[in-house]
Amino acid sequence: MYQITCPHCGPRAQTEFTYERTTDSVVDPAADAHTAMQALYTRANPMGLDEEIWRHTYGCRAWMVLTRHRVTHVIEAVKAIGPEALA
Amino acid sequence: MKTPYSAFSLLRGAFNGQKHWEPAWRDPEPRASYDVIIIGGGGHGLATAYYLAKVHGIRNVAVLEKSWIGGGNVGRNTTLVRSNYRLPQLHNFFEFGLKLWHNLSDDLNYNVMFSPRGAMFLGHNDGDMIKLAERGDAMRCDGIDAELLTPKQIAKIEPLLDLSRNARFPIDGALIQWRAGTARHDAVAWGYARAADALGVDIIQKCEVTGFVRYGNKITGVETTRGRILAGRTGICVAGHSGHVAGLAGLELPIESQTLQALVTEGVKPMVQSVVMSQSLHFYISQSDKGGIVMGGDPDNWPSYARRGQPTIKEHAIAQAVTCMPALSRLRMLRTWSGVTDMSFDGAPIIGTTPIDGLYLNAGWCYGGFKATPASGWTYAHTLATGKPHELNAPFSLERFMTGATIDETAVGPMPNHR
Repeated sequence: MYQITCPHCGPRAQTEFTYERTTDSVVDPAADAHTAMQALYTRANPMGLDEEIWRHTYGCRAWMVLTRHRVTHVIEAVKAIGPEALA
Repeated sequence: MKTPYSAFSLLRGAFNGQKHWEPAWRDPEPRASYDVIIIGGGGHGLATAYYLAKVHGIRNVAVLEKSWIGGGNVGRNTTLVRSNYRLPQLHNFFEFGLKLWHNLSDDLNYNVMFSPRGAMFLGHNDGDMIKLAERGDAMRCDGIDAELLTPKQIAKIEPLLDLSRNARFPIDGALIQWRAGTARHDAVAWGYARAADALGVDIIQKCEVTGFVRYGNKITGVETTRGRILAGRTGICVAGHSGHVAGLAGLELPIESQTLQALVTEGVKPMVQSVVMSQSLHFYISQSDKGGIVMGGDPDNWPSYARRGQPTIKEHAIAQAVTCMPALSRLRMLRTWSGVTDMSFDGAPIIGTTPIDGLYLNAGWCYGGFKATPASGWTYAHTLATGKPHELNAPFSLERFMTGATIDETAVGPMPNHR
């Protein structure tokens, strides 16, 4: 278990957060069927850094993007987001 | 030919100080090329090699393992073997495997200590019992054993479960599969390795695949830490690292790797007779032959390749198990461990061809790969030998996600982190 620094609340225990999906797997409603299915169903799943969408579910409930290493668990960056920022 | 393991050879050894035993498998140098290369020397990879040699007569086969065989998920699971799935594609596949399990020790001439002691899903309310009855009916329609138990019947099998009406999670009944049980996980890897080796398969350990040899849209071999090895057909069989290895071939999979944890207590006298599971709560317990209570729960629901898990997940599983079987609270935890699991996007595995010629895939076992070992090996061997899926693994194609033919037992949708 580690700490995640929420952009709004500061450092909090990881158990307060939930993982949603990677930023590249957000489905664009305007995308064609193949691209949409690709986003929905495939992941790069790297043994390294990936950009992940997390939510401070059991805290302020805000969404954020973590640049996180999948082996070392080091969080290189946390960025606050809203629906507008994802578009 | 190796000396078969038997009471007679043990007796014979008594007269020569047991000096006639040979290593169970060779340690060969990799050759320049093979008919088939299997990447990953876990249970599934070794089983695939064994059935390729035994059933299809393809013996020019190498199993490449980056570490030592049996050091990955086949050595990190909770050893449960069952076929009590609701959907026909799944229960037919796992039932084929369960039948192989029942004869596996004889087939391999290696005691895998398969113990069909019964596996039960507990039901905690009316909704649970309806779902369990439906699951049991679905299984029995396909000739698979399933029996609904009343709390009185459960009490005879597992007297230590809290069956009182004022329990935190009252137990209304259970669905038991008597032919299900447990097996000795290491023995499964070693038994398949020894049997495959005896048929001529090269098991090459400490040989990590670092890339693929590619001509156009065809994979013709692999680059490894022990040099380039060419192959007619190459099969990926690396469980939690499927995403990584497929990525070396430029393939993105419907898989996200997560940590799954398990734990074992100190050894005690027999106290859990069967395998007790609760899907509403999500814990599962069984007692190993050494007497330790083996326990597991949910995966850590976020991506990770690190083999270490979050303590709160274990705490959750332990709390649920202790609530249902209060006597467990007296035990001390001996060890915990975790493995990297390849969570697929419908909870079902992927065995079959890929868009790349010469490259095959066996992945996406989520948290249920161990029980599948014989069936996975059998069908993957068929696929690698013929280039086409066996009827049992045909539904588990990689294309099913694009065509919408997913096999989603828990009806969660494309969210591997919500399983």
